[in-house]
Amino acid sequence: MMTEPAPAPSPDPAVIYRTRLPVRLWHWTNAVTVFVMLMSGMMIFNAHPHLYWGAYGANFDHAWFEIGNHGTSGYVKTAGIEIPTTGVLGYAQGTDEAFPPLVTIPSHYDLSAARRWHFFFAWLLVGAWFAFLVYGLISRHLWNDLALTREEARPSSLWRDIKAHARLHLPRGEEARHYNPLQKLAYIGVLGVLLPLMVLTGLAMSPAMDAAWPWLLTVFDGRQSARSVHFLCAAAVALFIVGHLAMVVLAGPINELRSMITGWYRLPRDVP
Amino acid sequence: MSGIVTRRNVLIGGGGLLLAGCDRIAASPTVRQTLTLGETVSRSAQRLLIGDRQSLAPEFTRAEMSPIFRVNGSSRPASTDYAGHVASGFADWSLVVDGLVATPLALSLAALRSAPSRTQITRHDCVEGWSAIAQWTGVPLGLLLRRAGLSSRAKYIVFHCADDYAGKPYYESIDLVDAFHPQTILAHTMNGAPLSVGHGAPLRLRVERQLGYKQAKYVMQITAVDSLAGIYAGKGGYWEDNHDYQWYAGI
Repeated sequence: MMTEPAPAPSPDPAVIYRTRLPVRLWHWTNAVTVFVMLMSGMMIFNAHPHLYWGAYGANFDHAWFEIGNHGTSGYVKTAGIEIPTTGVLGYAQGTDEAFPPLVTIPSHYDLSAARRWHFFFAWLLVGAWFAFLVYGLISRHLWNDLALTREEARPSSLWRDIKAHARLHLPRGEEARHYNPLQKLAYIGVLGVLLPLMVLTGLAMSPAMDAAWPWLLTVFDGRQSARSVHFLCAAAVALFIVGHLAMVVLAGPINELRSMITGWYRLPRDVP
Repeated sequence: MSGIVTRRNVLIGGGGLLLAGCDRIAASPTVRQTLTLGETVSRSAQRLLIGDRQSLAPEFTRAEMSPIFRVNGSSRPASTDYAGHVASGFADWSLVVDGLVATPLALSLAALRSAPSRTQITRHDCVEGWSAIAQWTGVPLGLLLRRAGLSSRAKYIVFHCADDYAGKPYYESIDLVDAFHPQTILAHTMNGAPLSVGHGAPLRLRVERQLGYKQAKYVMQITAVDSLAGIYAGKGGYWEDNHDYQWYAGI
């Protein structure tokens, strides 16, 4: 790669235009929207911090997951195991909410306000997602940048990428021109699987939607199952964000941030 | 130790500032108004999807019912009038149907029990997130409204209840789309037995495509109106007036 001829004349050939404006706008809309959704969602969860499987589920029914407290000691309970979580979940910052004020919108218990935030930003999330799909199809961004190439999709090359990530060996030089296979899979997983699942399970919790689209309940095996899946997907999105931010930091936060703001990205120098 | 800036304190302090900022944004009337747009869009979208407006909420079998249906909200209205009705088995109780109707009605519990009824096993969804399934038997609301001769000026049906929260009477309201929906009934029977005091005796509303706070218990009076303005705080219900809950509770 070091022996390749230099590309077209340019003041700095290592600086490439990587992210186009619509994708950048979409990214930052999402950045705000997803945080509002997660934080207002956690406030809504605080209203009844128990999760069930099936059509029904309330205080006297068996919950497979719950966040609670005994006085001032918080816990998370699942599969019959109670894990102490004082200071983080169940009891933290002097309040006995499941999720503490630091991570909820609003910071105090206010179910109607949290619902208002959640349902407003849900429209933004879905609208932006839809616009991105349309743009991605028309501009071929989905095929050119997000879809795995035949070569990348081979188990052997995926395994190589997993090992590279595990050693924190990030792509450099020419390889950094494109998303790497695991990165593509993560984006496809969030955009193609998690987001649609979140929206559909969210709709399945609406009594009016259940009348309009009864198949929602068949697909998710009841409203309370849908609520559980909604929560699990939210947890997966939160994990994605942690991973995403970690990769930004590892790959060079200034360069990455600049590329998502201006579009211009400096290819990390190849290590000889 | 005081005066030392620890990382923990900075984090907590920073977090606190961020929270205060967020809450200030959240409390602004403009923000609230903007966010409420979402509610309007959701209601319109759902009403559009419901199409012929008659699509039914899912119904269940007896085997799918909750073993225990929790009592929620008021469990016994505090008024002496209500206590008297409980003592006499609601013998002197009557449901008033008035407002924008040609013939106001006063119906005894016996009359309601012998009226045509619908039985449905449906899911009750609380705004908090839990659900419970029970069987309800009652008089279709549309039947009563037709018998009373609902005026064409009527836009909403308001339900006045016997219970209160700290002196503020419970009430709720729905529009005519839901009022004439076949599953919208005034239930006098739950799981085959007369409605218990905890669940809203002698009569509770079931409006199956909306959340739990619309399912008014202890219904005493049904009033047809052309506007919700002027009824208490004017937002159409106890939770709407006092805790800013959404009037449309289909989501």
